[in-house]
Amino acid sequence: MTIAHVVFYLLAAFTVTAAIFVVLAKNIVHCAIALVFAFFGVAGLYVLLDAEFLAAAQVLLYVGGITILLLFAIMLTSLISARGVRIMNEQVGSSALVVIIIFSLMTFASLRGIVFVGPPPPPAYVTASLGRLLMTTYVLPFEAVSILLLAAMVGAIILARREREKD
Amino acid sequence: MVPLSHYLVLATVLFAIGMFGALTRRNAIGILMALELMFNAVNLNFVAFSRYLPVTLLQGQIFAIFVITIAAAEAAVGLAIVLGLYRNFKTINVDEIHLMKW
Amino acid sequence: MEKLLERFYGAFAALGVPSVVPQITLMVAVAIAMTLFISVSVMFMIWWERKISAHIQVRYGPMRVGGWHGWAQSIADGIKLLIKEDIIPAGADKFVFALAPIVVFAAAFAAYVIIPFGPNLIVRDLNIGVLFYISISSLTVVGIIMAGWSSNNKYSVLGALRSAAQAVSYEVPLVVSILGVIMMVGSLSMVKIVEAQQGMWFIIPQFVGFLIYLTAAIAECNRLPFDIPEAESELVAGFHVEYSGMRFAIFFLAEYANMFMVSAIATTLFLGGWRGPLLPPWLWFLIKTYFLIFIMMWLRWTLARLRVDQLMNLGWKYLLPLAFLNMGITGLVLVLRG
Repeated sequence: MTIAHVVFYLLAAFTVTAAIFVVLAKNIVHCAIALVFAFFGVAGLYVLLDAEFLAAAQVLLYVGGITILLLFAIMLTSLISARGVRIMNEQVGSSALVVIIIFSLMTFASLRGIVFVGPPPPPAYVTASLGRLLMTTYVLPFEAVSILLLAAMVGAIILARREREKD
Repeated sequence: MVPLSHYLVLATVLFAIGMFGALTRRNAIGILMALELMFNAVNLNFVAFSRYLPVTLLQGQIFAIFVITIAAAEAAVGLAIVLGLYRNFKTINVDEIHLMKW
Repeated sequence: MEKLLERFYGAFAALGVPSVVPQITLMVAVAIAMTLFISVSVMFMIWWERKISAHIQVRYGPMRVGGWHGWAQSIADGIKLLIKEDIIPAGADKFVFALAPIVVFAAAFAAYVIIPFGPNLIVRDLNIGVLFYISISSLTVVGIIMAGWSSNNKYSVLGALRSAAQAVSYEVPLVVSILGVIMMVGSLSMVKIVEAQQGMWFIIPQFVGFLIYLTAAIAECNRLPFDIPEAESELVAGFHVEYSGMRFAIFFLAEYANMFMVSAIATTLFLGGWRGPLLPPWLWFLIKTYFLIFIMMWLRWTLARLRVDQLMNLGWKYLLPLAFLNMGITGLVLVLRG
């Protein structure tokens, strides 16, 4: 039971608890804060997996970007003070059943046939190799994603604009 | 070292929780948050596999970077749509927006 | 430093405890040391700010508390804030209200892991040093939005939204101006950045980058002239209007800790870190950092506050194209030089 095991179990418990809060909380601002904790838990797991650049990118983009977007949207649209609003629709029973079936199928499929050998030694210079890969082998998806981001930005601005009244 | 199966089961648990949230929540923004949980579970799977293969290939992490980026773009557009919905229907509970149902 | 660590671990191994225990003890000890350093540093900065503002305004500032030029004024202020009544407004969301100052302070505190005080005086020389700081500093915005929203007060919400918009807008030129330095060094690790400034500090080739970084950093700390979120004379103290006593003290602490952090990063990236001729390295580092803090305080008491639309204009229309130009020219020169 090394320190890696202890840290893994702590982070896993933390992330799963935060995820359960996201799905079950009544007040949607509490959901967003629990989502921030879930993102941090997953970033910690990335650090355990020697993916430090990805952990920093996860915190930067998810916590610093998407969470703020979500909080702005919540503040602009929600009637938070309305009490007694149901949070779950009428599909709770059937979707719980479907989720449990899919969870067992996925666990069974992913654990079967895996040869349980230990991990290879950790790589050196992960960030530099990632950069090199992004600029050589994967430069086409990289440029395509940048165009996608531009399109998404323009689209979001147009969709969210108030209608100007022509007079 | 922590065996690979632990990471896979954790990713599956997160995915299941996210799926339950996406299927049952009424608030549109709550559904988007559950979707982000599902994306995170998938990313965790990618990164765990990329680390635990006999030779550490970084393709898993590259894919995870692209998933994060595209999730950000999708969250932006999705939230703009939610804002438009709120302006027209004055509610964002998805089961009250049923003009196109029979 | 390594010999000390070996003797420390050896003492625990001789007693037969697993190696987890000294590791965790060391982590706790370093965290406590860092907290003490931040507290003392912030108390000094608060006193210094009052003295600087006083002398700029041709008066004396604190002179009585503790004798010589009122040096104990910060301690007296701290005690006063500690013994105040803890008021939570009616209708406020108690959990989020209590959590918000902790989040803001945690963001300011967690980034101290990568500050290189000296050649071996860094808590952890992460491979992704600068990127870690950029990620953690974006957590401050979430804390500010939480604080503003949970106070159940129109002015708080307005202040929080403005602050979030400002912080998010100025993060982009901040990061792009840092990229110029990173391109010249080729690594994100703080120690390697300082070691790469052997011949010439990076402020000379990256002067425009330094100015952009300083402007964006002042905006990130919510200091005048980018002070709209906390504008005392305009928004009734903005997002922390409903906070009093110890909670307000945590916000205050977080703001000054953020100032120190930002100046420390500027020192490492642009002013050569702990390099200097005669004095010990950590003293040079502190001198350079406090010099930049002095400049930030000087600007606060000299310049007028920017309106929120002027602020956004400056960030998006002027700083960002300039930062991209700087990065482009740096890249071009590096490629042409081979």
